[in-house]
Amino acid sequence: MTDKEPHSELPIISITGVSKFFGDFQALADIDLAVNIGERIVICGPSGSGKSTLIRCINRLEAHQAGTIHVNGVELHQHMKDIDKVRSEVGMVFQQFNLFPHMTILENCTAGPMWVNKVPEAQARDIAMQYLERVNIPEQADKYPTQLSGGQQQRVAIARALCMNPKVMLFDEPTSALDPEMVAEVLDTMIDLAQSGMTMICVTHEMGFAKQVADRVIFMDEGRIVESAEPTQFFENPKTDRTRKFLSQVLVH
Amino acid sequence: MIQDTVTEELLLRKPRFVLLLFLIAGIVFFILDPSQTAVGHFLAPVAGNPEESGFYGRFVTSFTLAVLFIVNLVAISLLPRFRWQVIVVWLELLLLFLAFFYSFDLSFKFIQSKIWFMVTQGIFTTLYVSAISIMIAFVIAIFGSVAKLSSNGFAFAIASFYTSFFRGLPLLMQVYLIYLGFPQLGFVIGAVPAGIIALSLCYGAYMTEIFRAGIMSIDDGQWEGSRALGFKFGLTMRKIILPQSIPLIIPPTGNQFIAMLKDSSLVSVIGVWELMFLARTLGNKTFNHLEMLITAAMLYWMMSMVLEFIQARIERKFRKVQR
Repeated sequence: MTDKEPHSELPIISITGVSKFFGDFQALADIDLAVNIGERIVICGPSGSGKSTLIRCINRLEAHQAGTIHVNGVELHQHMKDIDKVRSEVGMVFQQFNLFPHMTILENCTAGPMWVNKVPEAQARDIAMQYLERVNIPEQADKYPTQLSGGQQQRVAIARALCMNPKVMLFDEPTSALDPEMVAEVLDTMIDLAQSGMTMICVTHEMGFAKQVADRVIFMDEGRIVESAEPTQFFENPKTDRTRKFLSQVLVH
Repeated sequence: MIQDTVTEELLLRKPRFVLLLFLIAGIVFFILDPSQTAVGHFLAPVAGNPEESGFYGRFVTSFTLAVLFIVNLVAISLLPRFRWQVIVVWLELLLLFLAFFYSFDLSFKFIQSKIWFMVTQGIFTTLYVSAISIMIAFVIAIFGSVAKLSSNGFAFAIASFYTSFFRGLPLLMQVYLIYLGFPQLGFVIGAVPAGIIALSLCYGAYMTEIFRAGIMSIDDGQWEGSRALGFKFGLTMRKIILPQSIPLIIPPTGNQFIAMLKDSSLVSVIGVWELMFLARTLGNKTFNHLEMLITAAMLYWMMSMVLEFIQARIERKFRKVQR
């Protein structure tokens, strides 16, 4: 990891005092987080700890009820006019891939650039092929998503997000729905992306990935950030008992 | 449904069941008393003159029918192929139907003289009224379903009022209301347009619900995937959601079209010269009511069968596209 870019002064994402409720249940409690350009953040925690909710708030797939979220200087709120612009600059990779099954791999990748950024078709095709090559599946371009394995689908989903030339990439448990032997190919793609300097926020249970690429590991529990530290410190010298207990559970295998 | 690989023994293979069935059939036939019918005449050499054979004749004819019935059932059950069984049962039922109609002593000459007009005028009108109406209903349903799923209270209110009203009134009443109601507002409206409007609005309401269900059955992940790329609502709907729901919507829409083909008979009450109207009017002068009604019934049935066949093919095609 010698090729890290210097972090710029302004955080690309700044979250201050964010809370969110689902009915009576508090999913997020007073979250503060700033992410700088080029930073790679891994968020982990037990299920129901609010980690997915948090990154889904960053492109406003979920609404937060208190506090503020700024993405690239734009505040997210209910009546904003340019949410589509923010979303087009924030790439998102889902646990269930969410590829469009009625479109080919290539069409999945060209749709965003063509329909949102108004890129001409030939150029969109070039961009798509470039990223499909980067995730190592250019030969699948004319197939449909269901003809691909889970690992291949997830790599297409990453390529699709990259085609929008995003400033930040969000990963919502990208390997959780995969068969074990396909996890590695997706993680390799993500490591490659991290090493190219992409700003990334990853919700994942893959602690090896966290150790290898994260600048910061954030541990969440019950909607709060319990601990936030560099990977070496986080894994070798966790500050709280809760973190220690979690790590003993996930690292035992 | 997936067939089980293990099948239970057929009831028709069990002698006691066959015997029981035979007894029941015999009793039923005996009660119905076939001795005076064509069967009785046919069996006259054995059973004696139907007029005077009495109890004996009644017994012989019903016994013969019961034997034929059971032999037929067992024979069909012995056919080795599912397909053959289906074809034989279909043919037999069809023959029974024809024999039933034949017993009415219909004037086939009269049918022959009118059938060409019924096909060219009646079927043609029925088909084009139905086809135009289903197309309008399709468009109404797209907008209606989007409005019903919208968070805009105004749109939802209009759409739900519309579906509630047009699903809540008998179609016949809607036909009258539109044909007789519009002139009250100062528009005099022809019978055909009035019929088309009534059918479109009514079926549009039903299809709104079909479309709504089709749209709702698309996984939330598709909305989120689309949204996360920065697609606006209209774009998501047009390019992502509808293309995936159309294959789910087409089969029930085909059903609606077949249903509409028959419901279009209701517009005969306002004088549209479609099949039902001709069936009621052509035979009037010469009291050949039944001839025309049965002919029209057969024509409706044949049209439905053709459409069912087409629908099955479309359904198969869409299943392939969906992968």
